[in-house]
Amino acid sequence: MRVESIHRKGQNHPVAATKHLTAEQMAKNQKEISVSEFFAKNRHLLGFDNKQKALLTTIKEAVDNSLDACEEAGIAPDLLIEIHQVEEDRFRVVIEDNGPGIVKEQIQNIFGKLLYGSKFHSRRQSRGQQGIGISAALLYAQMTTGKGAKIISKTTRGKPQSLTLQMDSAKNKPMITKEAVLKEWHLKHGTRFEVELEATYKRGLRSVDDYIKQTAVSNPHATLHYLTPDDEEPRIYERAVKVVPDRPAEIKPHPYGVELGELIRMLRETNSRWLVGFLQEEFCRVGRKKALEIIKEAGLGEKSYPTRIAREEADALYRSIQKTKISAPPTTCLSPIGEKRITEGLMKETDADFYAVATRPPSVYRGNPFQIEVGIAWAKPGGDQLEVDKRGRIKKTKKRRGTVDTENLLGNADEPVRLLRFANRVPLLSQQSGCGFTKAVTQTSWKSYGLQQPKGSMPLGSAVILVHMASVWVPFTSEAKEAIAPYDEILKEVKRALQDAGRKLGAHIRKDKRVANEFEKRSYIEKYLPHVGIGLQEILGITDEAREEIVETLGDSLETARNI
Amino acid sequence: MAAKKKITKKTAKKKSASKKPRTRKVGEDESNKGKGLKQVALDSIVAVAKMVQKTATGGGLPEMVMPQRNLSNVTYDKKTGYFELGDNYKTRKLDVNSVKTFAQTLRLMSLAQDMVGDADFATKREAYYVSKNWGEAKFNEQRESDSVLDDIEGMFSLKGVTRETLRFVPEEHGGSVVGALTVIDKDPETGDPIRSDCAAMGSGAYTVPSSVDHLGFETTAEFIIAIETGGMFQRLNHHRYWRTANCILVEMGGVPTRATRRFVRRLSEGLKLPVYAFVDCDPYGMCNIYRTLKVGSGASAHINAKFCVPNASYMGVTPQDILDFGLEDATHPLLPVDIKRAKDALKNDPFFQAYPAWKKTLKQMLTMGVRAEQQAFAKWGLNFVIEEYLPVKIKNAKKFLP
Repeated sequence: MRVESIHRKGQNHPVAATKHLTAEQMAKNQKEISVSEFFAKNRHLLGFDNKQKALLTTIKEAVDNSLDACEEAGIAPDLLIEIHQVEEDRFRVVIEDNGPGIVKEQIQNIFGKLLYGSKFHSRRQSRGQQGIGISAALLYAQMTTGKGAKIISKTTRGKPQSLTLQMDSAKNKPMITKEAVLKEWHLKHGTRFEVELEATYKRGLRSVDDYIKQTAVSNPHATLHYLTPDDEEPRIYERAVKVVPDRPAEIKPHPYGVELGELIRMLRETNSRWLVGFLQEEFCRVGRKKALEIIKEAGLGEKSYPTRIAREEADALYRSIQKTKISAPPTTCLSPIGEKRITEGLMKETDADFYAVATRPPSVYRGNPFQIEVGIAWAKPGGDQLEVDKRGRIKKTKKRRGTVDTENLLGNADEPVRLLRFANRVPLLSQQSGCGFTKAVTQTSWKSYGLQQPKGSMPLGSAVILVHMASVWVPFTSEAKEAIAPYDEILKEVKRALQDAGRKLGAHIRKDKRVANEFEKRSYIEKYLPHVGIGLQEILGITDEAREEIVETLGDSLETARNI
Repeated sequence: MAAKKKITKKTAKKKSASKKPRTRKVGEDESNKGKGLKQVALDSIVAVAKMVQKTATGGGLPEMVMPQRNLSNVTYDKKTGYFELGDNYKTRKLDVNSVKTFAQTLRLMSLAQDMVGDADFATKREAYYVSKNWGEAKFNEQRESDSVLDDIEGMFSLKGVTRETLRFVPEEHGGSVVGALTVIDKDPETGDPIRSDCAAMGSGAYTVPSSVDHLGFETTAEFIIAIETGGMFQRLNHHRYWRTANCILVEMGGVPTRATRRFVRRLSEGLKLPVYAFVDCDPYGMCNIYRTLKVGSGASAHINAKFCVPNASYMGVTPQDILDFGLEDATHPLLPVDIKRAKDALKNDPFFQAYPAWKKTLKQMLTMGVRAEQQAFAKWGLNFVIEEYLPVKIKNAKKFLP
């Protein structure tokens, strides 16, 4: 190949057969590309690469929106997810929630217009971010089946509205094809999204089943009714906690997170008259004292007009901000799952013997507050569990069985640990190897925590490691929201959380081994002590009763001497 | 003891009476016989069991005390002539680690109790197989049962009870014997005496049985040579060296077994015969074979009183022999394990430490850095050892190493 290309280079460049164009001629072909057209051609960017993924992404986007809506309204989510097979590769999907509902005027924009939403501009933690997902799902369905989506929504005060929507992909505009007001609906408030699309339903890893299961883990306050094409009855994932997480507050940007360009834009657009006021008004965690400190370090005057700060001065201000010690952004804007809830979530969905959770204090990457939580569920290899009772005796207890799902998140002891990745409670199913969380797990030394680990790989064990990042802005590596970008700050926090939880796991495994060891020793005693009795009986000719009494007394003395 | 004194008087008389080869006699060893020791053994077994019972019933954890059997717990006194057990004891307290051995010890004691009562015996191998009927408590290897037997023997040794008293006999037989010696054994069934003439064994030899205390002896020999290797023993036997030199030849086959040691001991003590050791010139020959023959070993310190030959002396091969008999080019370099053995002996072995001559010899060997086998004399002709070496050496028997 190389020889050929050198050969070609050696030849004179062939003159193009077509005529060259003038700038004016070119201008005729230069026009705006509709976003919807762009995404129709680049559907893989949004997670519609193949039929299996299309089904997952459609459900995922709808469920994410439903959960966000419920939580914002302070409603404990009750979701219905149904997949019905229409033809071999055609499925009808229904997602219904008990959220606040959507006012009629907004329904078409939310579902029928790309890049429309409430979340893009806000510095508030939510599942959705860009306002692309659900409308992209509609677009995909429309492209593969020619049919639009049917939406029913009811607010507490309003009447149930039923709309059939299509999207004009050239103009990125919704088109209502059918519209009706229903006389009655079975929910007081809520939204139902129904769409038919070309898809494939499969079980196993990275399937819809997997997504629903993991969503149940990270959202222990939600109840999910999930009907697959294979089942007659829906699987029910009951909520383990009733209280809905607090609505995260919106925050101003943190000084550390603002890049120079953005700082200049902010200086230009601010209403503050003085620089000292600007810093206090536009940023969080900056009081008068901090503002003066920053200004002094930058060599500027506190009463400079922000709008007149020149590029060089802005540069000085930017560098001064980086040097000044500013406390972390407020955590009110973050809604971590919480240690108790992570444990509840893991406990209800995994059949493990030990759970460890660790929460890091909030931290910042590029001025975006984020918080890392880690949970570990570990099952003792072998099955039976040993418990030490109050009297110090060790007993074998039967292993607990799973409650809801037969699909077990825990693998075998010699397999890699299952990593569950979550961003703002949304499970990340694909691109595990390219994810920063994975990197943090493989870079953590699990051997000191009692797990085996091939070099540079996931640790081995019948265990689940859950990593959750709560943030006002999650740095995904792509719009399909499948992997977290490995920012140093994030990696560091994840590793520390893993270490915290790992230490707890290590302590447990060590104790577990100790108890197992002790149990073995005690069964050793039970095995051989009778022979001491037999030996004595043979030599001394004592009665069976006397022999048994001696063995029992010796057994008690030995147990007492070996307190755990 | 009474019997021995009698013999001494007898032989003394004969010696003065004629110049013909004197015949010395010794009867059965009586000291182990009779109800005395047997009863002591039975009493000891019951005493241990009662102690365990009493401690257990009182809510305590019983323990068995036995002497430590290793080189660091022996002392050597030239007057006593053998390694004596020191004052270090090991205590086996009943706990999770010892419960199996504890049970096995009691069950083996029970077996011994039966055998002493019924006048039966078990080889160490048989004792191991008896345990196979004990279910969980069975021994997995004979090494384990041998070790427990040694422990029991050690525990009772303070009272003079040996493994043989407890009716456990070793599997292996003793060495081979030829020469001017008649062994008087007993038919186990009829009790009739059986005489074995060790000069009438043809090209074979008399084999030392596993238990020798019931044997009687008659001899006209002047001395005993204890030989390390079967090869040298065959050569001397083939050429009837024992007839020429009027001696008894004993083949040890490496470190002599308990029975061989006891056999030679009874010959040397009862018949007042000197014992000359003829082994390879290497640390193993000196520090293991000869040392064990003469003073016993650390591991069997509890039985050394009976199972060693304190009046043995070391004829050769010595490092000086290598020089005196021109064997320099028939040697092999000392191996690291040899050097370690010799250095250990100099540092830790109370026997070698007691004799400057031995220290000098070991150091000489280390300096020369070589070892020589008994067979090395073949360099000067196959029968050089018979015609030259042995006559020259035995002429100066008083100069043998102690």
